[in-house]
Amino acid sequence: MTKMKTAVAAAEANITAETLMGPAVPMWKRTWQRLLRKRSGQVGLFIIGFMVVIALAAPILAPYDPDQVLIGVEHVKRREAPCIHLLGCEASKPQHIMGTDENVRDVYSRILYGARISLMIGIVTVSVSLIFGVLIGAVAGFFGGWTDTILMRFMDVILGFPSLLLAIAIVAVLGPGIQNALLAVSIVSLPAYARVTRASVLSVKTLDFVAASQLLGASRWRILFRRVLPNALTPIVVLATLGIATSILDAAGLSFLGLGAQPPMAEWGTMLGSAKDQIFSAPHLVFFPGIAIMLTVLGFNLLGDGLRDALDTRLN
Amino acid sequence: MLSYALKRILISVPVIFGILLVTFSLSRLIPGDPCKAMLGEKATEATCQAFNHAQGYDQPIPLQFAFYVGKILQGDFGTSVRFSRPVTQIIIERLPLTAELALLALIVATITGVGLGILAARRHNSSVDIGTMILANTGISMPVFWLGLMLAYVFGVWARGTPFWLPPSGRLSAGVVSVPFYQAWGWQLSGGWAQVATFFSNFYIFNALVTGNWPVFWDALRHMILPVLTLSTIPMSVIARMTRSSLLDVLGRDYVRTARAKGVPDSRLVRRHALGNALLPVITILGLQMGALLGGAVLTETVFGLSGVGRMLVDAIFSRDFPVVQAFTVLIAVIYVVINLIVDLSYSYLDPRIRPQ
Repeated sequence: MTKMKTAVAAAEANITAETLMGPAVPMWKRTWQRLLRKRSGQVGLFIIGFMVVIALAAPILAPYDPDQVLIGVEHVKRREAPCIHLLGCEASKPQHIMGTDENVRDVYSRILYGARISLMIGIVTVSVSLIFGVLIGAVAGFFGGWTDTILMRFMDVILGFPSLLLAIAIVAVLGPGIQNALLAVSIVSLPAYARVTRASVLSVKTLDFVAASQLLGASRWRILFRRVLPNALTPIVVLATLGIATSILDAAGLSFLGLGAQPPMAEWGTMLGSAKDQIFSAPHLVFFPGIAIMLTVLGFNLLGDGLRDALDTRLN
Repeated sequence: MLSYALKRILISVPVIFGILLVTFSLSRLIPGDPCKAMLGEKATEATCQAFNHAQGYDQPIPLQFAFYVGKILQGDFGTSVRFSRPVTQIIIERLPLTAELALLALIVATITGVGLGILAARRHNSSVDIGTMILANTGISMPVFWLGLMLAYVFGVWARGTPFWLPPSGRLSAGVVSVPFYQAWGWQLSGGWAQVATFFSNFYIFNALVTGNWPVFWDALRHMILPVLTLSTIPMSVIARMTRSSLLDVLGRDYVRTARAKGVPDSRLVRRHALGNALLPVITILGLQMGALLGGAVLTETVFGLSGVGRMLVDAIFSRDFPVVQAFTVLIAVIYVVINLIVDLSYSYLDPRIRPQ
């Protein structure tokens, strides 16, 4: 989350008419080409692509049903350490390349299915906070005056809380569960989008083409949505990409504390949380979900960094 | 400068008021009857009436809010439903641990983060630079709680029997007792002073340091190493990235090129000419990182079995002890706002361009 706040501060400082107004039409195509030239962009895209493939192909890739309890199905114990035949595990034992968990389920299958949930969490929370955040920021920046003051003061209050803490407090009230956790994480990340959108809108609305629209008699809402916002989107795209990373991390933290996704859901944070007391006897139960979270978050962080460089007209 | 400081302080007042309003509203948004929510479904009508009266829930909402703010201003955070004790008392016991943890983590993160950032910037595009940035990017992406558990495993299990073994949980080893400084010095305290003294004596490392109790000092310090390492990783990574990009930016400026042309050696150039300017944005980041530290403390304390404010908060949520949840949320948020206020003020002190004329 703080990384996002840092990004907000940087984005706000960098927003000028010049950085926003790149060359008009082929911008996204060029951004894409630039992104592919950056190492961080390449690696980020690769990791995310990898995760998306895992999420989509989980039913094909997973050797077991993620929720299937294997007692009586095979000769395997609870919290069994990883057994890989290629690495010298006895052929008589069933292969579980990431071991089994406390309910004798195949960890590898659960990790694969967990990719679906984590990506879903990232995309849903960012979509929600993006829609409302951009709306709030755009209205505040475009209309100014009291609307601006009230909306932004409210955003300041949300920013006044350490983000994870506010998310915890919201879940405390609404009750633990994945939906409430998603809502909490979305609310917590609202101000970032609102502030950056507002700063973008403030600088775009002074440009000549907005005045021209006004003179042509376009309504204020039309100017805002058709003229100003599309031109103010650049920094928001970067922020949203980084936002997916922080949302996944925050939601995993909530699940770890038992406030987010509830067992038996194959969610990485929940898997880590229910295995935390077994760290000394069955470290594999902690190790793999953590690696999965880190890899996914790293992918979105790198893509975000790459996008920022690719979209920065001053650097290219 | 003074008028700027006053103005900046005044701006924080509505934010703190807003925080109080939000936490108050949150506690009133609990679905259903607050009494049933906290005391359980089996609470009788009479018990509930007494409870609602004692908590002030039978008053009109605006009046409740006024009472709430008034009490907090007097340092009264209400009474814990679970422990039937004043929350302020619990804060005095638990906050020092969290504060000690967060402060140590901030110090470690700043020193290593700035150090790594300088190293990376001075050897731009070298393997050192790339290595540091891979480290920093991984650090930012790591779940704090996962890192904590892995460190506990590596240093608590693998390193068992070697000098590198570190205690994976708790604040002090069994049998080690931290004697509060006021007892060690034989002070007789009462009332508010006793509370203040207890608060400070609960900073075990500080307490052991001032009383010169070295066995306790080392023991407390050893217990803090893993939690601090865990908690400082993310801020360290953010600071390292920020320092690097900021220093690279400054090193490309004209005045640095001039100094270089005049023959100033590289190390002196960085130390005397570039670093001062490069660290300004890093200071802003420090304030924001406190948010990560305070939030991360909740997770870190859970992992290492430390009974600080964060652990207490999570416990309170599960036992539906809402006065404690509310109080701790307000407390941490206000601490965060005040820290950012201090950061802003020091920033304007360090950078004359920010200061209004």
